[in-house]
Amino acid sequence: MTSTQEPAPLPAVPPGVHPFPHAHLLGIEGLKPWEIGFLLSEAEHWVELSRSAHKRDDRLASLTQINAFFENSTRTLLSFEIAGKRLGADVVNMSVQSSSMKKGETLLDTALTLNAMHPDVIVIRHDASGAVALIASKVDCPVLNAGDGRHEHPTQALLDALTIRRRKGRIEGLKVAICGDILHSRVARSNFHLLAALGAEVRAVAPPTLMPAGIERFGVTAFTDMDAGLEGADVIMMLRLQRERMAGAYLPSEREYFHFYGLTAKRLATAGDNVLVMHPGPMNRGVEIESQVADDIARSAITEQVEMGVAVRMACLDVLTRARRGAAGWEARA
Amino acid sequence: MRPLAITGARVIDPASGTDATLDILVADRTVAAIGKSEIPSDAQRIDASGLVAAPGLVDAGVFKSEPAAFLAGGITRTLLMPDQSPVIDDPALAERAQRIGKPHVWVHPLAAATRGLAGTELAEVALMKAAGAVAIATGRRQIASSAVMYRLLQYAAAFDLVTVVHAEDAALTEGAEATTGEIATRLGLASAPAIAEAIAIARDVRLAEAAGARLHIHKVTTAEGLDVIRAARQRGARITCGTAPAYLLLNDEAVTGYRTFTRLSPPLRSEDDRRALLGGLADGTIDCLTSAHDPRGQDEKRLPFAQATPGMSGAETLLALAISAGENADVPLARLIAMMSATPAAIFGVPGGTLAKGAPADIVLFDAGAPWRIDASKFVSASDNTPFDGLPVQGRVKWTVKGGEIAFAG
Repeated sequence: MTSTQEPAPLPAVPPGVHPFPHAHLLGIEGLKPWEIGFLLSEAEHWVELSRSAHKRDDRLASLTQINAFFENSTRTLLSFEIAGKRLGADVVNMSVQSSSMKKGETLLDTALTLNAMHPDVIVIRHDASGAVALIASKVDCPVLNAGDGRHEHPTQALLDALTIRRRKGRIEGLKVAICGDILHSRVARSNFHLLAALGAEVRAVAPPTLMPAGIERFGVTAFTDMDAGLEGADVIMMLRLQRERMAGAYLPSEREYFHFYGLTAKRLATAGDNVLVMHPGPMNRGVEIESQVADDIARSAITEQVEMGVAVRMACLDVLTRARRGAAGWEARA
Repeated sequence: MRPLAITGARVIDPASGTDATLDILVADRTVAAIGKSEIPSDAQRIDASGLVAAPGLVDAGVFKSEPAAFLAGGITRTLLMPDQSPVIDDPALAERAQRIGKPHVWVHPLAAATRGLAGTELAEVALMKAAGAVAIATGRRQIASSAVMYRLLQYAAAFDLVTVVHAEDAALTEGAEATTGEIATRLGLASAPAIAEAIAIARDVRLAEAAGARLHIHKVTTAEGLDVIRAARQRGARITCGTAPAYLLLNDEAVTGYRTFTRLSPPLRSEDDRRALLGGLADGTIDCLTSAHDPRGQDEKRLPFAQATPGMSGAETLLALAISAGENADVPLARLIAMMSATPAAIFGVPGGTLAKGAPADIVLFDAGAPWRIDASKFVSASDNTPFDGLPVQGRVKWTVKGGEIAFAG
């Protein structure tokens, strides 16, 4: 399904500028367009490796990667585990909500414990916004944010961008509608920053109760009318609706939500002809997206997003560990 | 006890309208004379040339009693919020609370409005008044039930007790960590709109008017909150209010980077609200300035923002930050001092707050122009959580006299 044309070039790293001078990847906000472009271009060749029979590159051999997940996750954890293993790292998964945090250990105690085991990279998911940055400030190795509260989920935005670029050939100038529970979504926030940095026209579509304040300051146009928000869209990103939103009086019912904010085949007709449909998963079929839309292989990129996730995470793990591996041109940051 | 002679100070006593270079003679724990007088030969002397002498500060609404920190901040009297462990909701606890500052500072307890501050059953507020409580307070939270609040205010009116309220609508602010706006959205923090304050003030002042009661807003922090207060005063409502310097000097951008020392209750507001608050300081809508001293240990702050406990250590920086805010709002020093002495003393009917002859000899001597940099590592307070660490300020406390004795020398 990849675009037949050669994709438009990504923002080039200016001469004399380091392509990624950051110790950690905590969010998309603040990244330069070429830094995003650099990660995306690095991810491209991991796509090819992952499609080959010999899915192995040993550049992270003898390095230890800890996936510390303080919040439930199956898909993201699996994606990071596979990414690390394909690069040859020793990957250890730690599901924290079930262990020491319940015994009263603080987050920083846990961080220091992890640090004492000399990991070479830590991938962290936490349900509190800012928690990953807090841990990063206390450990000696690169930290990769796998989602913190409602704040950011940078690898999701990167994999979305990689998917769009491969399918659409570009990002700049595309009309991208992000739809659903924007208020509680870290995926939406990271995507706002990334898509704005790469020059897309971004729309946020949500019921008023799930639309955060000040969203226009992200360079985003807000729509509470989904049909208006989808008009002429090149890409539609659907967000998962948590079922507890009914209890919080954000919404009357799933039925009403689906009626006004569900992505149906009929509604899809208002978007552009070759619109691309995306979803970070896991989907609630019949709540935010109609099954026939999700399964329409000509338009839906949902499984491709999962594939790109592994490639993007391989790129991030590689780039973040270059300094400690003494890769040429990266030593100075160690 | 030896008499104390303070010579050469610029005496600012808002209660008597004094602002002149005068001597103060203290004897028998009270102000014996102001102006030229015979200094007894055995008197202890402080040469206060170049310093301001003002009434010891009266801090209307602190959450923790830390006498040494108060004295270092020039504070000689505090009104202690009932949110203690245990909650001050019983006459014996009110009586005990009065003694916790002795002999260094006066602690005037505020009676919990409801048992355990749970917001459901009235506490024995009149018995607590008899035991020394100077007013009633709802503590860190609003009383969510309008019915309970109405009955409380009716009851308070009969016993001529002021009710100090935390003005944030309880339901609207439940779970909120920040004020709704761009910063909260950017950081992904749970938020409540700033109007939660105006809603709470509007409800409480209407109930207070209906009940014939006096209401004091512990910390007003928003433009719309101020407007509600102004409108209520026009109707003749008996409403007074305070604020803390943080709301006059910081906006919610300070939260960027998830700095848990900026997590306060109410949360920091927008720049528009901050400017409106300076306006409220200048036009006299705001009656009092309080440190709202609420020191927090590292265990309560070295956490993700959502899990950190609100509050800041404010006692030692109250005066200097008030002077900074006053400069931003063009408020003369004498009025600022009144907001931290005569006015709160008058609202709550506590002694002090003046240097008139015969008043308790509670005096702060400070260098109004001395520049210094706030250094939390040098705080006397057990907690160093201030969002102002490193800030250059003016106005340094040199001496604090309580009951005629030198209680702090800086």
